[in-house]
Order: sequence, then structure tokens, then C-alpha cells
Amino acid sequence: MKPILLIGWKDLQVTFRDRAALLFMLLAPFLLTLGLALVSGQFSEAGRIEQIPVAIANQDDGQLGQALVKLFQDSTLADLVSPTVVADPEAARRLVDQDQAAAAVIVPAGFTASIVPDDGAAPPAETVAITLVTNPARPIGAGIVRAIVEEYLSRVETGRVGGEVIVRQLVETGRLMPQHIRAAAPAIGSRAVVAAVAEPALRLRAATAASGPADFNPMAVMAPGMALLFLMFTVANGGRSLLAERAQGTLPRLLVAPVTAGQVLVGKLLGTYLAGVAQMLILVVGSALLFGLRWGDPLGVLVLILAAVFAALGWGMLLTALARTPGQVTVGGAALMLIFGLLGGSFVQFGLMPGWWQALSHLTPNAWGLDGFTVLSLGGTLADLGRPLLGLVVMGLALGAVSLLLFSRRSPEKQL
Amino acid sequence: MTPMIAVHQLVKRYNGVAAVKGISFDVKEGEIFSLLGPNGAGKTTTISVLSTLLPPSEGDAAIAGYSVARQPMAVRRLIGVVPQELALYEDLSARENLLFWGRMYGLSGRDLHRRVEEVLALVGLAERSRDRVKTYSGGMKRRLNIGVGLLHRPRVLFLDEPTVGIDPQSRRAILDSVKALNAEGMTILYTTHYMEEAQELSHRVGIMDHGELIALGTQAELTRQVGQCETLLLHIGEAEDPQALAQALQSLPGVQQATATDHQVAVITADAAQVLAPVVARAEQRGIKIHSVDIQEPNLEAVFLHLTGRGLRDR
Ligand SMILES: Nc1ncnc2c1ncn2[C@@H]1O[C@H](COP(=O)(O)OP(=O)(O)O)[C@@H](O)[C@H]1O
Ligand SMILES: [Mg+2]
Repeated sequence: MKPILLIGWKDLQVTFRDRAALLFMLLAPFLLTLGLALVSGQFSEAGRIEQIPVAIANQDDGQLGQALVKLFQDSTLADLVSPTVVADPEAARRLVDQDQAAAAVIVPAGFTASIVPDDGAAPPAETVAITLVTNPARPIGAGIVRAIVEEYLSRVETGRVGGEVIVRQLVETGRLMPQHIRAAAPAIGSRAVVAAVAEPALRLRAATAASGPADFNPMAVMAPGMALLFLMFTVANGGRSLLAERAQGTLPRLLVAPVTAGQVLVGKLLGTYLAGVAQMLILVVGSALLFGLRWGDPLGVLVLILAAVFAALGWGMLLTALARTPGQVTVGGAALMLIFGLLGGSFVQFGLMPGWWQALSHLTPNAWGLDGFTVLSLGGTLADLGRPLLGLVVMGLALGAVSLLLFSRRSPEKQL
Repeated sequence: MTPMIAVHQLVKRYNGVAAVKGISFDVKEGEIFSLLGPNGAGKTTTISVLSTLLPPSEGDAAIAGYSVARQPMAVRRLIGVVPQELALYEDLSARENLLFWGRMYGLSGRDLHRRVEEVLALVGLAERSRDRVKTYSGGMKRRLNIGVGLLHRPRVLFLDEPTVGIDPQSRRAILDSVKALNAEGMTILYTTHYMEEAQELSHRVGIMDHGELIALGTQAELTRQVGQCETLLLHIGEAEDPQALAQALQSLPGVQQATATDHQVAVITADAAQVLAPVVARAEQRGIKIHSVDIQEPNLEAVFLHLTGRGLRDR
């Protein structure tokens, strides 16, 4: 046991003295996280998205159409949407087609009347519907506009039902004679609906912000991806160091010391494992302190890191078992790092990827690790990490077994 | 008394090709034994097997009675190895390298630190002990390489060509410390292709060539094998062909053997004074100018020449 610890500690010492390695292990993931976040333009005002342009064409001459326009123009929504009122539906659609608006809201003529009929008018045959034209290029903005319109419509509905309830109560308590219903009901209903719609928009905005991507911090998604990406560098670097011991002559020296070859190998693996864990911990704690990122349940984060480094180490071992020279491990490691980064979702979110991709991506520790970090950042705990942890540990064990088989097939002459 | 090193019919093959072809020799406790031979003779391979790095293909060897094939752990605890190639962590300092290897051999605490200081002083690196090895000169690295091998006070020390490629002062220091270690009782197996080193250091010498031990004994015993003879060393110009001169001299009466090496021809003869004149005459006849002539007493180089017809440092 003692020789294993000695070798592992010595390797950790050597790794943390290698400036080039530190650059890749620690600085690169920080800078890339920062850079990608800046590129997506949402870092400087973390948590805010720019105003959503929306086109409104109101052809209704009643109160409800006016109320919808007012709602979009309300100061409480000012930093969320920027409405443009246009004369006709065609102009509104054109703005969407030209990508000048995330959505167009078209209120047709007779909308108010279809909900609260005028005095004496016949009850409407069918409700006249509001049309929402969405811009597929701006799914988030369009989604927010849809949420606002739906909230509005639900208030209209509340108001109408409320109006009917008021009328019924007035009748039941005898304050309104049934023969007067026809004359009084529209006025009461209309007042109730308008009152409901005119309620301050505050509640609406709060609801949108909490559920929608307005609160989205791109760094929270980038940081785990980048940490996992550069974890692959660390394990490849560890594999390289095993072959480097051979190249620099220290492996023969270790093998004539009173230790077994197995102890040497396990010691080297321990050194790489410790370096990987140290790297991940530094990145997590560093990004939490510098950028205020919230990684979630600390125990969950720690256990997930231990498992992710274990799985990544399996890939590093396989790479080392297949390579002949330190240079081959470096090149292979760089390739693996990029392929896994792309496949495993370090650059692109899987949510946007087809199903086969998501399946394939789970050959990488990156994908399982990201799954776990996502669970944690959404408030999950260690107890919710069953699947990612199992995936990572099984991956590490399988790769380790294959690599050991490959190692043991080498004759002592070739090991040197 | 069991010999400290006992080698019996040792064979080592790489992919079926024998690099060591059935050698046998013993080294007594407290002895300095040198394996002398040109590059490729099989010296490093022999040390690799004796130090349990490689298993023997046939035969066996024992260190203090422990078989290298069957009891490698017991052997490893007794030996120290100074490999031919540098084997150091360049990103660590000399002190850190020594501490690491000392702990690997089970040293710890005050004993470890005292021993590290002693070794740093011995190899002359005390002042630079906290600098990273990568900043050292070649000679400093070589000295540290040796220090690592003897840190844990091994009973047997293997030194594989420790003086290759270093400056004369470092070489002197190394030879002196080898003698000092031996004086304290350490048994030493030393390999070299420098005849002078083998002559200066060793109690006994084994001469290796092409995987075989072609001669074994004290220096006096070995030179006696060559018979009563002296060596005439003829230095010729760079443009001249030593091969042609050697051939021309071979047929002269009184010349036992004439061998060409870099810009010189070695002539082995029973009586140097007698053959000198005809040798110079024959060279003149062939139009080859001799710059100078050395007459050497019998030495190991002559033994090697005599046995193989080649110089130790032939290309
Ligand atoms: N690992 C190896 N694989 C194959 N052949 C080797 C290996 N090491 C040495 N040899 C060969 O074995 C022979 C002896 O080499 P070596 O023991 O290094 O000689 P020396 O140390 O006397 O120069 C040489 O012909 C060399 O090419
Ligand atoms: Mg050698």
C-alpha cells in the first residue's frame, strides 16, 4: 500500500509542477467557459435576455382589444418586450417574416363583441379567436409572447365566468329581477372582464421570468461541460506519464525497487485519479467563487466528481494500453478529448440532438457527467444521481478490465 | 562462503535472438568486478537479469543466495542499480528525487533525511539540491543518477557504464566514490567499455563480446593469457587508411597481430624494440606516414585485441 501512495503522491507533485499541463487542466476550462458565455452575449447581464420584439395588429374596436395592446405596452413589461402596433394583419406578418419580430399578435374585428355582446345584440354564434404568428428563428421570444397572450386570455375567461357568477348571485339574492337580466348582464359581464384584464401585469411577468429562459445563465451550462472536457486531458496526460516513465528510464528503476509491477501500475493510476479529482474540485470551487455558479448539493457534486474521474481514467488507461509512445497518447488524448467533447455535449446541449446521438453520447463520461451535473443544478441531491453514477462506475470498471488485459499481454521486454 | 553474485549458464534472448549466450561467473562479497566489453556485448542485458528487471531465458543467477528468477523481491531488497540511461524525475529537485527513491526502499524519518544529506554531499550536489533536475548539466544528472542507486546502502551495487559522456572531473569523482563505497564493504558490479576504468577499479575483470564471456580473471591473469607481449600503438594521419596499414604489417616477422582502430594501428609483438624498425619501414614503403609511436606494457586492451582481433571501441 505504501509504495502505491508514494508513487501516486509523487505523480501529483509532478503534474502540478508542469505549467503546460496546468494551463490545460485549469486555465483553459475557465477561459473557454467565460469565452463561450461572452459569445452567447448573455454574460454581462447574467440572467437577462434582450427585449423581445412583437408586432400587434388590433382590428377590434371593443375594450378587450385595447386592453391587450395596453398590456403589451405596460411599463411592467417594458424590459421584456418591445411592441410595435401596426395597422393591419399583413403588416404584422411581414415583420415576423423579415425576422423583425419574434411573434405577431392579431386581434380580429369583433373580438370584444364575441365575448361580451353589446346591449340587445344577439349572442355570438362562435367566439372570434386571436391569431398568434410565431417566428421559428426565435423560439424563446415567441414562447414568451405566447405565454403573455395565454395569460391574457385566461384572464378574459376568468372575467367572463366572474360576470356570469355575479349575475346569477344577484338574481338568487333577489337584487336583480330575472326580467332585467337581458338588459343588465352585458354591462356587468363587460365590467368584470375588463377589470380582470386591467389587473397589473406584475404577476404575469414574475410567472414568465421564473419558468422561462429569462433566468438562464449560460455559464451554468458551459462550466460542467468544460470541466469534463478538460478532465479527458488530465487522464490522457496521466497515461502519457506512464509511458514517459518508460521513456525517461524511471520505469525500470521502479521495477527493480522492492515493489511489484502491480503496485507501480496502481500507484500511477492513483496519481492520475488524484490529479483529475483535484482539477475538478478546483474548477467547481473556483467557478462558484469567481462567477457565483451554483453547482448544487455539495455531497452530490463530490460523489459525481469521484465517479466521473473514475470513468475518464478508464479511457485514459485504454489509450495508454493501446499506445506505444508518450507522443501517441498525447495525440490520441487530444482527439478523444475533442470527440468526446462534441459527442458528450460539452459544446452543444443534447436536448437539441436526435435520439441516436443521445444514445451514442453515453459512451462518453462527459454525457453521464453532464446528466449528473444537470440534475444537481436543478436542485437534485445525491439520491437522484443513481443513473449517472451507475453509468460512470460501470464504464470505468469495463474500460479498466479491458486495459489491464491488454497490459498483461505485454512481455516484460516490451514494457521497457 | 556463498558468493555475493553467482551467475550460472545464463542465457537471455530477445525475440529468440540471444544477447547473452550462457555466461557463468561469481563475485565475492566486497569485490569490485568489472564487465568489460564493446557496445552490444550484452553487459546491460546481464545487469537487467541480475537486477530482476528481465527474467532469464535459461540458467539462473543468485544474489546472496537468492535466485533472481524465483525470489526477485528478496534480491531487490539487497541491490542498488545505477542504470546506463539517466532515470530521474526532471520536474523534481535532486532532494525530492532522493527522498522519493529513499522512501520506495523503506527509508523514513530522520534516517532518510540524514542519508539524503550524505548522498548529496557525496555526489557534490548539496548546493543545487533544491533546483529542478532539468536545470542540471549532464554531469550533475549522472552524479545524481548514481546517488539514487546507492542511497539505501545496498549490499550489492550494479553500475552500468556510469561515466559515459561526462567531463573528466565528474568521471574522476565517480571512480573515487566507487572505491570509497567498496572500501566500506559494498560489493560492486561495474560495466564499462573503457579499459582504463576496469584496470583502475577492479579486483577481477570479465571480458564480454557478442554475449559471451571470453576471458575472466585478475588483470595479471588476463594479461598473462596474451603471453609475453607488448603493444606498439602507431598513430597515423586522418587521411590515411589504418586498415591497409594493418594488413601490410600482419605479414611481418615478429608481429603477432596488427589491428586497425580510429587513426591508429595496434601491433602486438613479443619484442617491441625489435619490430619497430621494420614496421616503420613497411609503412613508408606503402606511403603511409606515422606521426608517433607508443609502446605499451601488456593491458586489457591488448587482451581484447588478442582474443577478438578487434579494438574495444571499434565502430
Ligand atoms: N530490449 C531489447 N530488445 C531486443 N534486443 C535488444 C534489447 N536490448 C538489447 N538488445 C540487443 O542485445 C544485444 C546486447 O545489448 P546490451 O546488453 O545493451 O549490450 P551492452 O550493454 O554491452 O552495450 C545488442 O545486440 C542489442 O541490440
Ligand atoms: Mg549497455
